Amino acid sequence: MSDSVKVPTWKESLLEPLIANNPVMIQVLGICSALAVTSSMKTAFVMGLSVTFVITLSNLAISLVRNYVPNSVRIIAQMTVIASLVILVDQILRAFAYDLSKQLSVYVGLIITNCIVMGRTEGFALKYPPLPAVADGIGNGLGYMLVLCVVATIRELFGSGTWFGLPIMETVNNGGWYVPCGFMVMPPCSFFILGCLIWAVKTYRKDLQEPNEYDTHREDY
Amino acid sequence: MLQDLLSILVKSIFIENMALSFFLGMCTFLAVSKKVTTAAGLGAAVIMVQVLAVPVNNLINANVLKADALVPGLDLSFLSFITYIGVIAALVQILEMFLDKFVPSLYSALGIFLPLITVNCVIFAGVSFMVQRDYNFVESVVYGFGSGTSWAMAIVLLAAIRERIKYADAPHGLHGLPLTFITAGLMAIGFMSFSGIQL
Repeated sequence: MSDSVKVPTWKESLLEPLIANNPVMIQVLGICSALAVTSSMKTAFVMGLSVTFVITLSNLAISLVRNYVPNSVRIIAQMTVIASLVILVDQILRAFAYDLSKQLSVYVGLIITNCIVMGRTEGFALKYPPLPAVADGIGNGLGYMLVLCVVATIRELFGSGTWFGLPIMETVNNGGWYVPCGFMVMPPCSFFILGCLIWAVKTYRKDLQEPNEYDTHREDY
Repeated sequence: MLQDLLSILVKSIFIENMALSFFLGMCTFLAVSKKVTTAAGLGAAVIMVQVLAVPVNNLINANVLKADALVPGLDLSFLSFITYIGVIAALVQILEMFLDKFVPSLYSALGIFLPLITVNCVIFAGVSFMVQRDYNFVESVVYGFGSGTSWAMAIVLLAAIRERIKYADAPHGLHGLPLTFITAGLMAIGFMSFSGIQL
Protein backbone atom coordinates (compact mmCIF):
# COMPACT_ATOMS: atom_id res chain seq x y z
CA MET A 1 0.00 0.00 0.00
CA SER A 2 1.21 3.49 -0.73
CA ASP A 3 1.50 5.82 2.23
CA SER A 4 -0.69 8.48 0.73
CA VAL A 5 -3.86 6.41 1.15
CA LYS A 6 -5.25 6.70 4.62
CA VAL A 7 -6.33 3.31 5.85
CA PRO A 8 -9.41 3.59 8.03
CA THR A 9 -9.14 1.91 11.42
CA TRP A 10 -11.25 -1.16 12.00
CA LYS A 11 -13.39 0.79 14.43
CA GLU A 12 -14.23 3.50 11.90
CA SER A 13 -15.06 1.04 9.19
CA LEU A 14 -17.18 -1.02 11.58
CA LEU A 15 -19.25 1.79 13.08
CA GLU A 16 -19.66 4.17 10.17
CA PRO A 17 -21.99 2.02 8.01
CA LEU A 18 -24.22 1.21 10.98
CA ILE A 19 -25.99 4.57 11.20
CA ALA A 20 -24.07 7.46 9.66
CA ASN A 21 -23.60 5.83 6.28
CA ASN A 22 -26.20 3.09 6.36
CA PRO A 23 -26.16 1.09 3.10
CA VAL A 24 -29.94 0.86 2.82
CA MET A 25 -31.18 4.19 4.10
CA ILE A 26 -28.41 6.56 3.06
CA GLN A 27 -26.89 4.88 0.03
CA VAL A 28 -30.13 3.18 -1.04
CA LEU A 29 -28.56 -0.10 -2.04
CA GLY A 30 -29.92 -3.61 -1.66
CA ILE A 31 -33.52 -2.47 -1.65
CA CYS A 32 -35.01 -5.53 -3.39
CA SER A 33 -34.52 -7.92 -0.51
CA ALA A 34 -35.14 -5.22 2.09
CA LEU A 35 -38.64 -4.90 0.65
CA ALA A 36 -39.43 -8.51 -0.03
CA VAL A 37 -38.36 -10.47 3.05
CA THR A 38 -39.50 -8.12 5.80
CA SER A 39 -43.01 -9.42 6.37
CA SER A 40 -41.82 -11.38 9.40
CA MET A 41 -38.95 -10.93 11.79
CA LYS A 42 -37.63 -14.45 11.31
CA THR A 43 -37.03 -14.17 7.57
CA ALA A 44 -35.60 -10.66 7.94
CA PHE A 45 -33.18 -11.78 10.64
CA VAL A 46 -31.98 -14.82 8.71
CA MET A 47 -31.61 -12.74 5.56
CA GLY A 48 -29.61 -10.13 7.48
CA LEU A 49 -27.34 -12.79 8.92
CA SER A 50 -26.76 -14.38 5.52
CA VAL A 51 -25.91 -11.06 3.90
CA THR A 52 -23.55 -10.15 6.76
CA PHE A 53 -21.83 -13.51 6.37
CA VAL A 54 -21.44 -13.08 2.61
CA ILE A 55 -20.23 -9.46 2.75
CA THR A 56 -17.71 -10.18 5.51
CA LEU A 57 -16.14 -13.20 3.87
CA SER A 58 -16.18 -11.77 0.35
CA ASN A 59 -14.54 -8.59 1.65
CA LEU A 60 -11.90 -10.70 3.36
CA ALA A 61 -11.24 -12.83 0.29
CA ILE A 62 -11.11 -9.93 -2.16
CA SER A 63 -8.95 -7.90 0.19
CA LEU A 64 -6.47 -10.78 0.47
CA VAL A 65 -6.07 -11.13 -3.29
CA ARG A 66 -6.43 -7.42 -4.12
CA ASN A 67 -2.80 -7.04 -5.20
CA TYR A 68 -2.83 -10.10 -7.45
CA VAL A 69 -6.05 -9.64 -9.41
CA PRO A 70 -5.61 -7.68 -12.66
CA ASN A 71 -7.98 -4.78 -12.96
CA SER A 72 -9.67 -6.08 -16.10
CA VAL A 73 -10.96 -9.29 -14.53
CA ARG A 74 -11.81 -7.95 -11.10
CA ILE A 75 -15.58 -8.02 -11.63
CA ILE A 76 -15.51 -11.69 -12.62
CA ALA A 77 -13.26 -12.47 -9.65
CA GLN A 78 -15.66 -10.74 -7.28
CA MET A 79 -18.66 -12.45 -8.85
CA THR A 80 -17.06 -15.86 -8.45
CA VAL A 81 -16.19 -15.30 -4.79
CA ILE A 82 -19.62 -13.91 -3.99
CA ALA A 83 -21.47 -16.64 -5.89
CA SER A 84 -19.51 -19.38 -4.14
CA LEU A 85 -20.30 -17.87 -0.74
CA VAL A 86 -23.97 -17.56 -1.60
CA ILE A 87 -24.05 -21.21 -2.68
CA LEU A 88 -22.59 -22.06 0.74
CA VAL A 89 -25.26 -20.03 2.53
CA ASP A 90 -27.99 -21.58 0.40
CA GLN A 91 -26.82 -25.13 1.12
CA ILE A 92 -26.50 -24.42 4.86
CA LEU A 93 -30.01 -22.96 4.99
CA ARG A 94 -31.41 -25.92 3.08
CA ALA A 95 -29.72 -28.34 5.44
CA PHE A 96 -30.58 -26.73 8.76
CA ALA A 97 -33.56 -24.44 8.19
CA TYR A 98 -35.49 -25.92 5.29
CA ASP A 99 -38.77 -24.09 6.00
CA LEU A 100 -37.03 -20.74 6.13
CA SER A 101 -35.14 -21.39 2.93
CA LYS A 102 -38.47 -22.22 1.25
CA GLN A 103 -39.94 -18.94 2.50
CA LEU A 104 -36.95 -16.93 1.32
CA SER A 105 -37.18 -18.78 -2.04
CA VAL A 106 -35.15 -16.98 -4.71
CA TYR A 107 -34.08 -14.16 -2.46
CA VAL A 108 -31.15 -16.15 -1.02
CA GLY A 109 -29.76 -16.56 -4.52
CA LEU A 110 -30.34 -12.89 -5.14
CA ILE A 111 -27.70 -12.00 -2.55
CA ILE A 112 -25.32 -12.45 -5.50
CA THR A 113 -26.82 -9.48 -7.26
CA ASN A 114 -27.32 -7.51 -4.04
CA CYS A 115 -25.65 -4.19 -4.75
CA ILE A 116 -24.34 -3.85 -1.19
CA VAL A 117 -22.08 -6.90 -1.50
CA MET A 118 -20.73 -5.91 -4.89
CA GLY A 119 -20.42 -2.29 -3.81
CA ARG A 120 -18.36 -3.13 -0.75
CA THR A 121 -15.93 -5.47 -2.49
CA GLU A 122 -15.54 -3.02 -5.38
CA GLY A 123 -15.45 0.14 -3.31
CA PHE A 124 -13.65 -0.96 -0.17
CA ALA A 125 -12.02 -4.38 -0.18
CA LEU A 126 -10.11 -3.75 -3.40
CA LYS A 127 -8.30 -0.83 -1.77
CA TYR A 128 -7.70 -1.73 1.84
CA PRO A 129 -6.01 -4.49 3.88
CA PRO A 130 -7.99 -7.42 5.32
CA LEU A 131 -8.65 -6.19 8.86
CA PRO A 132 -10.54 -2.99 8.00
CA ALA A 133 -12.19 -4.84 5.11
CA VAL A 134 -13.62 -7.45 7.48
CA ALA A 135 -14.76 -4.74 9.89
CA ASP A 136 -16.36 -2.88 7.00
CA GLY A 137 -18.14 -6.05 5.90
CA ILE A 138 -19.50 -6.71 9.36
CA GLY A 139 -20.51 -3.06 9.74
CA ASN A 140 -22.37 -2.95 6.42
CA GLY A 141 -24.01 -6.30 7.06
CA LEU A 142 -25.21 -5.19 10.46
CA GLY A 143 -26.38 -1.85 9.06
CA TYR A 144 -28.43 -3.74 6.46
CA MET A 145 -29.76 -6.10 9.13
CA LEU A 146 -30.69 -3.17 11.36
CA VAL A 147 -32.93 -1.60 8.71
CA LEU A 148 -34.43 -4.97 7.82
CA CYS A 149 -35.22 -5.65 11.46
CA VAL A 150 -36.77 -2.21 12.03
CA VAL A 151 -39.07 -2.63 9.02
CA ALA A 152 -39.85 -6.24 9.92
CA THR A 153 -40.63 -5.31 13.53
CA ILE A 154 -43.16 -2.70 12.45
CA ARG A 155 -44.74 -5.02 9.91
CA GLU A 156 -44.92 -8.11 12.06
CA LEU A 157 -46.01 -6.34 15.24
CA PHE A 158 -48.87 -4.44 13.64
CA GLY A 159 -49.62 -6.97 10.93
CA SER A 160 -49.96 -10.08 13.06
CA GLY A 161 -49.40 -8.94 16.64
CA THR A 162 -46.30 -11.07 17.06
CA TRP A 163 -42.54 -10.56 17.15
CA PHE A 164 -40.26 -13.42 16.11
CA GLY A 165 -43.45 -15.51 16.15
CA LEU A 166 -44.03 -14.76 19.85
CA PRO A 167 -47.43 -13.21 20.59
CA ILE A 168 -46.97 -9.64 21.85
CA MET A 169 -50.43 -8.27 21.26
CA GLU A 170 -53.14 -10.96 21.48
CA THR A 171 -55.14 -10.86 18.27
CA VAL A 172 -58.91 -11.05 18.16
CA ASN A 173 -58.77 -14.48 16.53
CA ASN A 174 -56.97 -15.85 19.58
CA GLY A 175 -59.38 -14.24 22.03
CA GLY A 176 -57.34 -11.06 22.54
CA TRP A 177 -58.05 -7.41 21.84
CA TYR A 178 -55.88 -6.50 18.86
CA VAL A 179 -57.39 -6.39 15.40
CA PRO A 180 -54.43 -7.03 13.05
CA CYS A 181 -53.84 -4.55 10.28
CA GLY A 182 -53.92 -6.78 7.23
CA PHE A 183 -52.25 -4.18 5.06
CA MET A 184 -49.04 -4.44 7.09
CA VAL A 185 -48.28 -7.98 5.96
CA MET A 186 -48.94 -7.12 2.32
CA PRO A 187 -45.84 -6.41 0.22
CA PRO A 188 -46.55 -2.79 -0.87
CA CYS A 189 -46.54 -1.72 2.76
CA SER A 190 -42.77 -2.08 2.95
CA PHE A 191 -42.45 0.65 0.33
CA PHE A 192 -44.29 3.08 2.58
CA ILE A 193 -42.39 2.13 5.73
CA LEU A 194 -39.01 2.36 4.02
CA GLY A 195 -40.03 5.60 2.27
CA CYS A 196 -41.07 7.13 5.59
CA LEU A 197 -37.85 5.94 7.26
CA ILE A 198 -35.76 7.63 4.57
CA TRP A 199 -37.95 10.72 4.88
CA ALA A 200 -37.28 10.81 8.62
CA VAL A 201 -33.54 10.41 8.10
CA LYS A 202 -33.51 13.17 5.49
CA THR A 203 -35.47 15.52 7.70
CA TYR A 204 -32.94 14.96 10.46
CA ARG A 205 -29.89 15.19 8.21
CA LYS A 206 -30.33 18.28 6.07
CA ASP A 207 -27.15 17.59 4.08
CA LEU A 208 -28.78 14.62 2.37
CA GLN A 209 -31.85 16.44 1.12
CA GLU A 210 -32.29 16.58 -2.62
CA PRO A 211 -32.98 20.11 -3.80
CA ASN A 212 -36.35 20.74 -5.40
CA GLU A 213 -35.90 20.55 -9.13
CA TYR A 214 -38.66 23.04 -9.46
CA ASP A 215 -39.38 25.89 -7.10
CA THR A 216 -43.13 25.85 -6.60
CA HIS A 217 -43.05 29.09 -4.63
CA ARG A 218 -41.61 31.16 -7.44
CA GLU A 219 -43.07 34.60 -7.86
CA ASP A 220 -43.52 34.56 -11.60
CA TYR A 221 -46.33 32.05 -12.00
CA MET B 1 -50.48 -25.65 -25.45
CA LEU B 2 -50.96 -22.18 -26.89
CA GLN B 3 -53.34 -21.40 -24.08
CA ASP B 4 -50.70 -22.36 -21.52
CA LEU B 5 -48.16 -20.09 -23.13
CA LEU B 6 -50.62 -17.22 -23.25
CA SER B 7 -51.40 -17.66 -19.60
CA ILE B 8 -47.69 -17.68 -18.71
CA LEU B 9 -47.29 -14.45 -20.68
CA VAL B 10 -50.20 -12.63 -19.06
CA LYS B 11 -49.25 -13.97 -15.65
CA SER B 12 -45.65 -12.86 -15.89
CA ILE B 13 -46.51 -9.40 -17.18
CA PHE B 14 -49.40 -8.42 -14.95
CA ILE B 15 -50.03 -10.80 -12.06
CA GLU B 16 -46.45 -11.53 -11.14
CA ASN B 17 -44.93 -8.22 -12.16
CA MET B 18 -41.21 -8.38 -11.46
CA ALA B 19 -40.92 -4.85 -10.11
CA LEU B 20 -44.23 -4.28 -8.43
CA SER B 21 -45.15 -7.69 -6.99
CA PHE B 22 -41.73 -9.20 -6.34
CA PHE B 23 -39.75 -5.96 -5.84
CA LEU B 24 -36.88 -7.04 -8.03
CA GLY B 25 -34.39 -4.74 -9.71
CA MET B 26 -35.32 -2.03 -7.23
CA CYS B 27 -31.95 -0.27 -7.22
CA THR B 28 -32.11 0.58 -10.91
CA PHE B 29 -35.91 0.89 -10.75
CA LEU B 30 -35.58 3.78 -8.30
CA ALA B 31 -32.36 5.27 -9.62
CA VAL B 32 -32.91 5.34 -13.39
CA SER B 33 -36.57 6.37 -13.48
CA LYS B 34 -36.19 10.13 -13.67
CA LYS B 35 -36.93 10.40 -17.38
CA VAL B 36 -39.22 8.34 -19.59
CA THR B 37 -36.71 8.11 -22.44
CA THR B 38 -33.87 6.67 -20.34
CA ALA B 39 -36.30 4.40 -18.55
CA ALA B 40 -37.57 3.07 -21.89
CA GLY B 41 -34.00 2.46 -23.07
CA LEU B 42 -33.14 0.50 -19.97
CA GLY B 43 -36.41 -1.39 -20.19
CA ALA B 44 -35.64 -2.42 -23.78
CA ALA B 45 -32.18 -3.62 -22.74
CA VAL B 46 -33.65 -5.67 -19.90
CA ILE B 47 -36.18 -7.32 -22.22
CA MET B 48 -33.43 -8.17 -24.68
CA VAL B 49 -31.13 -9.74 -22.09
CA GLN B 50 -33.99 -11.52 -20.35
CA VAL B 51 -35.23 -13.12 -23.59
CA LEU B 52 -31.72 -14.48 -24.13
CA ALA B 53 -30.69 -15.36 -20.59
CA VAL B 54 -33.73 -17.32 -19.45
CA PRO B 55 -33.86 -19.81 -22.38
CA VAL B 56 -30.07 -20.26 -22.46
CA ASN B 57 -29.98 -21.01 -18.76
CA ASN B 58 -32.95 -23.29 -19.26
CA LEU B 59 -30.97 -25.34 -21.77
CA ILE B 60 -27.93 -25.45 -19.52
CA ASN B 61 -30.02 -26.42 -16.54
CA ALA B 62 -31.82 -29.20 -18.39
CA ASN B 63 -28.77 -30.62 -20.15
CA VAL B 64 -25.90 -30.08 -17.74
CA LEU B 65 -26.85 -29.19 -14.21
CA LYS B 66 -29.89 -31.35 -13.48
CA ALA B 67 -29.41 -34.66 -11.71
CA ASP B 68 -28.45 -37.43 -14.19
CA ALA B 69 -28.47 -34.99 -17.13
CA LEU B 70 -24.80 -35.04 -18.07
CA VAL B 71 -23.57 -38.31 -16.62
CA PRO B 72 -25.92 -40.70 -14.81
CA GLY B 73 -25.53 -40.34 -11.05
CA LEU B 74 -24.01 -36.86 -11.25
CA ASP B 75 -25.97 -34.00 -9.70
CA LEU B 76 -24.41 -30.61 -10.44
CA SER B 77 -27.32 -28.49 -9.23
CA PHE B 78 -25.23 -27.08 -6.40
CA LEU B 79 -23.29 -25.18 -9.04
CA SER B 80 -26.44 -23.47 -10.29
CA PHE B 81 -25.91 -19.92 -8.98
CA ILE B 82 -22.35 -19.61 -10.15
CA THR B 83 -23.27 -20.98 -13.59
CA TYR B 84 -26.25 -18.69 -14.05
CA ILE B 85 -24.37 -15.54 -13.12
CA GLY B 86 -21.50 -16.55 -15.38
CA VAL B 87 -23.86 -17.19 -18.29
CA ILE B 88 -25.64 -13.88 -17.72
CA ALA B 89 -22.37 -11.95 -17.59
CA ALA B 90 -21.14 -13.65 -20.76
CA LEU B 91 -24.45 -13.04 -22.58
CA VAL B 92 -24.44 -9.36 -21.71
CA GLN B 93 -20.89 -9.09 -23.00
CA ILE B 94 -21.75 -10.87 -26.26
CA LEU B 95 -24.88 -8.81 -26.75
CA GLU B 96 -22.84 -5.66 -26.20
CA MET B 97 -20.29 -6.66 -28.85
CA PHE B 98 -23.03 -7.75 -31.26
CA LEU B 99 -24.92 -4.48 -30.93
CA ASP B 100 -21.72 -2.46 -31.21
CA LYS B 101 -20.93 -4.17 -34.50
CA PHE B 102 -24.33 -4.49 -36.17
CA VAL B 103 -26.75 -2.03 -34.56
CA PRO B 104 -24.56 0.89 -33.46
CA SER B 105 -27.49 3.26 -33.08
CA LEU B 106 -29.14 1.02 -30.50
CA TYR B 107 -25.78 0.44 -28.85
CA SER B 108 -25.17 4.11 -28.28
CA ALA B 109 -28.75 4.59 -27.13
CA LEU B 110 -28.42 1.92 -24.45
CA GLY B 111 -24.98 3.15 -23.46
CA ILE B 112 -23.94 2.43 -19.91
CA PHE B 113 -27.11 0.51 -19.06
CA LEU B 114 -26.18 -2.62 -20.93
CA PRO B 115 -23.15 -3.67 -18.82
CA LEU B 116 -25.03 -2.72 -15.65
CA ILE B 117 -27.72 -5.27 -16.43
CA THR B 118 -25.41 -8.08 -15.32
CA VAL B 119 -25.97 -7.10 -11.73
CA ASN B 120 -29.66 -6.34 -12.15
CA CYS B 121 -31.57 -8.82 -10.03
CA VAL B 122 -34.45 -9.06 -12.52
CA ILE B 123 -32.38 -11.23 -14.85
CA PHE B 124 -31.07 -13.47 -12.12
CA ALA B 125 -34.49 -13.78 -10.50
CA GLY B 126 -36.10 -14.56 -13.84
CA VAL B 127 -33.66 -17.44 -14.27
CA SER B 128 -34.24 -18.64 -10.69
CA PHE B 129 -38.02 -18.56 -11.07
CA MET B 130 -37.75 -20.44 -14.36
CA VAL B 131 -35.76 -23.19 -12.63
CA GLN B 132 -38.04 -23.24 -9.61
CA ARG B 133 -41.13 -23.66 -11.78
CA ASP B 134 -39.59 -26.23 -14.09
CA TYR B 135 -40.47 -24.52 -17.36
CA ASN B 136 -39.59 -26.27 -20.61
CA PHE B 137 -37.72 -24.49 -23.39
CA VAL B 138 -40.65 -22.83 -25.19
CA GLU B 139 -42.23 -21.79 -21.92
CA SER B 140 -38.95 -20.27 -20.80
CA VAL B 141 -38.77 -18.12 -23.95
CA VAL B 142 -42.27 -16.83 -23.26
CA TYR B 143 -41.53 -16.34 -19.58
CA GLY B 144 -38.30 -14.47 -20.34
CA PHE B 145 -40.15 -12.11 -22.66
CA GLY B 146 -43.03 -11.65 -20.23
CA SER B 147 -40.96 -10.98 -17.15
CA GLY B 148 -38.67 -8.57 -19.02
CA THR B 149 -41.67 -6.73 -20.39
CA SER B 150 -43.25 -6.51 -16.95
CA TRP B 151 -40.20 -4.78 -15.53
CA ALA B 152 -39.83 -2.47 -18.53
CA MET B 153 -43.49 -1.48 -18.29
CA ALA B 154 -43.22 -0.75 -14.58
CA ILE B 155 -40.15 1.46 -14.92
CA VAL B 156 -41.65 3.44 -17.80
CA LEU B 157 -44.85 3.98 -15.80
CA LEU B 158 -42.91 5.11 -12.74
CA ALA B 159 -40.74 7.45 -14.80
CA ALA B 160 -43.85 9.02 -16.33
CA ILE B 161 -45.28 9.65 -12.87
CA ARG B 162 -41.98 11.03 -11.58
CA GLU B 163 -41.73 13.48 -14.46
CA ARG B 164 -44.96 14.98 -13.21
CA ILE B 165 -44.40 14.65 -9.49
CA LYS B 166 -41.26 16.78 -9.47
CA TYR B 167 -43.51 19.81 -9.75
CA ALA B 168 -45.29 18.87 -6.54
CA ASP B 169 -44.90 21.00 -3.46
CA ALA B 170 -43.75 18.29 -1.06
CA PRO B 171 -41.86 18.76 2.24
CA HIS B 172 -38.11 19.08 1.71
CA GLY B 173 -37.10 15.77 3.24
CA LEU B 174 -39.71 13.94 1.22
CA HIS B 175 -38.52 15.16 -2.14
CA GLY B 176 -36.74 12.77 -4.47
CA LEU B 177 -36.26 9.26 -3.22
CA PRO B 178 -38.82 8.95 -0.37
CA LEU B 179 -41.53 10.27 -2.66
CA THR B 180 -40.50 7.74 -5.30
CA PHE B 181 -40.81 4.97 -2.74
CA ILE B 182 -44.33 6.02 -1.83
CA THR B 183 -45.31 6.35 -5.50
CA ALA B 184 -43.98 2.87 -6.19
CA GLY B 185 -45.90 1.59 -3.16
CA LEU B 186 -49.14 3.01 -4.53
CA MET B 187 -48.40 1.46 -7.92
CA ALA B 188 -47.78 -1.87 -6.21
CA ILE B 189 -51.18 -1.64 -4.55
CA GLY B 190 -52.66 -0.99 -7.98
CA PHE B 191 -50.98 -4.07 -9.35
CA MET B 192 -52.28 -6.13 -6.44
CA SER B 193 -55.71 -5.88 -8.03
CA PHE B 194 -54.45 -8.23 -10.76
CA SER B 195 -53.69 -10.90 -8.18
CA GLY B 196 -57.29 -12.07 -8.08
CA ILE B 197 -57.20 -13.16 -11.73
CA GLN B 198 -57.16 -16.91 -12.18
CA LEU B 199 -55.63 -18.30 -15.33
